[in-house]
Formats: sequence, structure tokens, C-alpha cells
Amino acid sequence: MPVTKSSPQQNVGMQHTITVLVENKPGVLTRVAGLFARRGYNIESLAVSITEDPTVSRMTVVASGDAQALDQINKQLAKLIDVIHVADYTDMPMVERELALIKVNADTSVRGEVMQLVDIFRAKIIDISDKTFTIEVTGGVEKINAFEKMLEPYGIREMVRTGRIALVRGARTAAQT
Amino acid sequence: MERSKKSQIEKYQAGPRKGSAPKVQAGQKVSGARALMESIKLHGGEVVFGLPGGVMLPAYDVLYDDGGISHILVGHEQGGCHMADGFARATGKVGVCFATSGPGATNLVTGLCNAHMDSVPVVAVTGQVRTTVLGKDAFQEADITGITMPVTKHNYLVSDPNSIPRIIAEAFYIARTGRPGPVLVDIPMDVALAQIEYHPVTDVKIRSYNPEVPLRLDNLDEAARLIAEAKRGVIYVGQGAIISGAWREVRELARKTQFPTTTTLLAKGTMDETDPLSLGMLGMHGTAYANFAIRDCDLLIAVGARFDDRVTGKVDAWAPGAKIIHIDIDPAEIGKIYIPDVALNGDCREVLQALLPLVAERGPTEWNEQIERWKQEFPLWYPKGEDRVYPQAVCEELWNVTKGEAIVTTGVGQHQMWAAQFYRCKYPRTFITSGGLGTMGFGLPAAIGCAVGVPDRPVWCVDGDGSFIMTSEELMPAVQHRIPVKVAILNNFCLGMVRQWQSLFWDQRLSAIDLSYQPDFVKLAEAYGAVGMRVTRPEEIRPAIEKANEINDRPVVVDFHVVKDENVLPMIPAGQTIEQMMVEKPR
Repeated sequence: MPVTKSSPQQNVGMQHTITVLVENKPGVLTRVAGLFARRGYNIESLAVSITEDPTVSRMTVVASGDAQALDQINKQLAKLIDVIHVADYTDMPMVERELALIKVNADTSVRGEVMQLVDIFRAKIIDISDKTFTIEVTGGVEKINAFEKMLEPYGIREMVRTGRIALVRGARTAAQT
Repeated sequence: MERSKKSQIEKYQAGPRKGSAPKVQAGQKVSGARALMESIKLHGGEVVFGLPGGVMLPAYDVLYDDGGISHILVGHEQGGCHMADGFARATGKVGVCFATSGPGATNLVTGLCNAHMDSVPVVAVTGQVRTTVLGKDAFQEADITGITMPVTKHNYLVSDPNSIPRIIAEAFYIARTGRPGPVLVDIPMDVALAQIEYHPVTDVKIRSYNPEVPLRLDNLDEAARLIAEAKRGVIYVGQGAIISGAWREVRELARKTQFPTTTTLLAKGTMDETDPLSLGMLGMHGTAYANFAIRDCDLLIAVGARFDDRVTGKVDAWAPGAKIIHIDIDPAEIGKIYIPDVALNGDCREVLQALLPLVAERGPTEWNEQIERWKQEFPLWYPKGEDRVYPQAVCEELWNVTKGEAIVTTGVGQHQMWAAQFYRCKYPRTFITSGGLGTMGFGLPAAIGCAVGVPDRPVWCVDGDGSFIMTSEELMPAVQHRIPVKVAILNNFCLGMVRQWQSLFWDQRLSAIDLSYQPDFVKLAEAYGAVGMRVTRPEEIRPAIEKANEINDRPVVVDFHVVKDENVLPMIPAGQTIEQMMVEKPR
């Protein structure tokens, strides 16, 4: 049966959370990111960090596409020499989180309201000026989106998000998936 | 054909004091560059195709008096990479090329991409500027590891001189194992000059690279069942069968099943093309009967092939009624273009050896008769008896004279397709051509690499005038080292394949194809110190080929002035189906 390749526009549909364990060496991020670009797949978010083993880095990539496109990208990723393991978490029970820092307008007239929102979302005010709050919030992607939406009316001056990170639920690790 | 045992590489020397350096002992203090050369030799490097330059001088200083490895000074680094590529394809060993930093390294890019697309084991070593100026836009600095990332299987920028033996061991291991490919190692000059204690590395373990795919046998029975049930099976063989050494198994599978067998351009010679079961090459310029067989088959056994678009044309209309068994070592190839009914992920040879005992012997069927009728009705054909030199006639005559025993390399274009159609291979590793990348200029340097690796077989490069112009400077090393490659230029004084496409699909608007201002190739050959000959009449073809075959101490260029407006047929236009195949019946 022929594989029909969906266009990049169609790829926007289904999101995949892919965990890639790689050698902690210079250039590896370029290899992984370059592969996505070369094969025509968009990275929606990418988080990179060291792991419990300092020789291993962990990349959490959120990419979208149909199942076959992602199957192909996972196989191509696994072929990179510096890639130790690829795990697609999409169909697995997982916990996923993202952290955002948001600098929002909060002069004395609205400070109380914004603090209430911070409470409701279990966020934290980590810096304050006479006109702004800088707020830290963690959670699933939808929670952060919702929080952002609630803050918008006050005027968000600046925002940074870490991108999604994820672990599979239970005792299993990425290397075992 | 068994690989050539003979080797005459010792005669290719970099310097006059070759072999006078004392042997390096384990634990000895040596420079990074000497450790590099020791490691290359340790892992089977026999000959280096290269061109020196400033930051590569530590390695070239070692080559000056080092024994056990030869060097051929090339005209252009691209030629060096193609030579290493041709050497690797003809011998099955790893080819090695050197280049200096900056432009030397960037000149390798086409050659590396070519080797990458066609899964050829090549190790390229480049010099790099000193680590103290790296990243500061130093003279002849280029980020070659960054540049070649997408066109190599892997690459290294060496920062620790002590890691050189390990990295070279890994480079050879990665290049030749699994699905082979090129590996580039970039060594800054101060790293090459640093003194280290040399300890040979023979045992390579890379935790993130495990090329030995454990053979899964659970779906072999299903494959055997599909084969037993098939009425119209076709075996479609790709270069993976050659790389894994599976040609005997492929021939045995064809014999047992009596399935007609077609090969891709790169897999020519896996089947003896004179065997009645052979369909020759398939695809855009494949035989009509191979493509008819694909159209009508009910089972397709793909062996080490990747369903390239030049093979399939329009993917959803190709082999419409076929179940597919796909054997490949690369899991990413399985399901890339077609989702097979049975996927056998593993080394082609191992898989076939496990599969063959489950396959029953069958006799010829109505399907074989149908194939024979197609072969009679639509043979490969060109006009004969005319007083003009047909390019196909040159290829056919080359086959007649060499009896299929030569190694043939090609450039890219019409001549390549005619060579593929009319030079019927007997053995694997005797048709060396640029398939995936389609690199014009590949032919001559690849032929030199073949001749260095397999000195006991005649090596012919069937070239086009356009392709020959691109790398003709490599006649220089061929003359220097008395490498007797023969170049048959099918000279139509134009970029023939471009002319064909413009004639057929661009309303005869012939744009930028004229090569009538080309040099006189006979004089050019003579200027290099090679032999030049010209053929303008059909009766001169055979004597010229015979004469060229007798010359064994220098390269020969035969300039065949061929019919200019000949098209390569059959042809299935790009992205279309067999219904649009253009084919001529014999007149």
C-alpha cells in the first residue's frame, strides 16, 4: 500500500510528544533539529537538558503530523549515530509539564485581581515592580494557555515558555519504552 | 565475481622515501597525524585519494615516508572523493580520501552526498584550522562538520588528539556496517601535531549505534506463504543485495521460484543479465518488459531496494495488484514509500538464507511465457545498418568485446542509461554509477578508483561529453600512475538528457544545451599524456574498443561522435505511469 505523504499544512493536526535520549556532545542538537527541517517536519516545541546520567541529554520534541509521518521521523531519528533511544509518548500514559514566566501589567488598580488569578492557577509572583508582576506558572499546556488568556486583558509585556517536558507514568523509564 | 585478490597499490607513492619510517609500536609517543595514519592502516585503509594543503600537512608529512599505505594525488577533491567511492563499490572495502580545510573540504561535499545517497562506505579526513582560531573566520576555515551533517552518515570534529585512534576506528566501523555511508573526520592542525601515546583501537562499541539487526524470523512463514500463493511474482533487487553479498541468494530465489527478476540501476549484475529470468533494469528508462511485469505482478519481492521515484514513477499507480515483501537492513526504508504486506528487516543475505529453505521449487508458468512474449515484442532496440554511430551500438559493442567481464562506470545522462540498457552485467560490483544523486562527472574518477582496487579487470568509463568535461582533470593522476582506465565518450555535442527533456516536455525549446565549443577530446587526452582516439563511423567502433583494451600503461579516451538527436527509450515520464510509457518496436 502506498504511503501518502500529507502536506505540511495537513500536518498541523495531531501532536506527538517524542523523547529522544542523545549523547551529551556538541552538535547533537543541530543533528536532531536539522533532521526535522530536512525531512519537512515542524518542531512545535523542544526542550533539552542533561539527565540523571551526565553523558546523556534528553530532548523532548513536540511535533505534529500523521502517524506514518511520525513513524518515519522516529526511524530517521533513531538512525542518527548520536541518538541512543527514541520514544514516542503519544499513545502512552504520561505526565507532562511546561513552565512559563509572564511579565504582566499590574499597577495598583488591578494588582488584587491579578493576584487572585495567580492564586486560582497556583502560580507564583516571583518579581514585582511598580507597574508589573513577573509570574511563574507550571502545568499542562492547556492550563498555561488558559492562564495566558486570563492575563491578556491586563497586557502581557513579555512571556517565555520552556516547551513541554514529559515522563511516562509508573515505574518505566524512557529507555524502557 | 570474487573480489580481486591482487593489489598493486604499493606503486602509488606520495613521496620518494616511502616505507622508510620505522614501524609504530603500541604505547609509543607519536603525533596525532601519525596516529591517524596508523589507525587508517589498522582498519584496512590501503590507499588515500587526496590533495594536501596548509593544515593537512601534518598528515602529508607522515605520508612522505610511511609504509603500508599509498596515496594518489588528485586533480580536484571531488575527484578524490569519487575515486574513494568507486574503489569502495568495486572492492566492497572502505574508500579513503583526504582534503585540506576550507575549499578543499567543501570540494568534497558533492562526492560525500553522492556516497551518502548510494550507501557507499567512504571515510573522508579533512584538515581544520587550529583550535585556537577555530570559529574566528580564520584563513581557509569552513565549518565542514556543519556543512556535511546532512550528507554524511556521521561526522566528527576532533578536539582531543588522544581520541584519534578511537574516532578513526569508529569512522571505519560506522562507514562499513549496517547501511553503509560516508563518514567525515575533521582534524584541527594543532590536534594533528600534538604528541600522544599511541594505543591501537580495534574493538569498537558505540552504545547509540547497533547495526547488527537481530534477525526476526516470525514473519518468514508469511513471506513463504505469499511466495507459494503467487501466480505472477517479480523479484525487484536493489543495491542492498550487492552490499550484503546476497547475489547468490537472489539468483537462487529466482531459480527456485522462476520469478522474473529485475534490478535497479545500482543493482545491475546481481542477476546475470543474460539469464532468461533477468528482466534487466526497471523504472523510467528500464526495459518495457520489466515495467510490464511490475504492472501485472501479484507479488513483488523487494530485496535491498528503496522504491526510488525513478523506479516507481507515480507511486499509487505502480504495481497496483501486488502484495509486497520488503527485505531491507534499514528500518526507515520499510514503510517509507509503500507499507509492505510482509516486512523483513535485516541483512538481505541473512534474510534470504533463512527464507530460501521455506521456498518450494517451481517450474515455469504461463507468467514466464507472458514475459517471453513481451521480450520478443518490446526488446531494447535501436536502428541498425545506418551509416551513423548510434550510442547504443557503442555500449553493445563494448559488451561484445569485453564479454561482460569489464567494470563499467558512467557519468550521468543519456549515456548512463544506454550503458545500463546495453551493457549486460554478469557480476555484482561491475557496474558503478551515480544513482541517487545523479552526479555528472562521477565516471572517470570512479573508474580510477575501481582500477586501483581491482587491477585485474579492464575498467571502462562510459561517459557523456558533458559529464567528461566536469572531471576530466583526473586524467592527470591516471597518467601519473599509469592507470589504464578507458573512457568511451558518447559525444553528441550537447547535454543530451536535457535536450531529450526539452524536446519531449518543453516544446522543443532547447535551452543551454550546446556543447559544440567543447575541446578536442583526442587532443585533450594527448595533452595529458593519455591516448586519444576518435570514432565517427560504425565500422570503427569495434576496432577502437579492441585497440583501447590492449593499452595497459596509460588511460585511453575514445571520442565516439554519435547520433545527436537520439532519445533514450523506453521512457516513463517523471511521476507518471506505465500507460504513458514511450517505447519503440523494432522496425
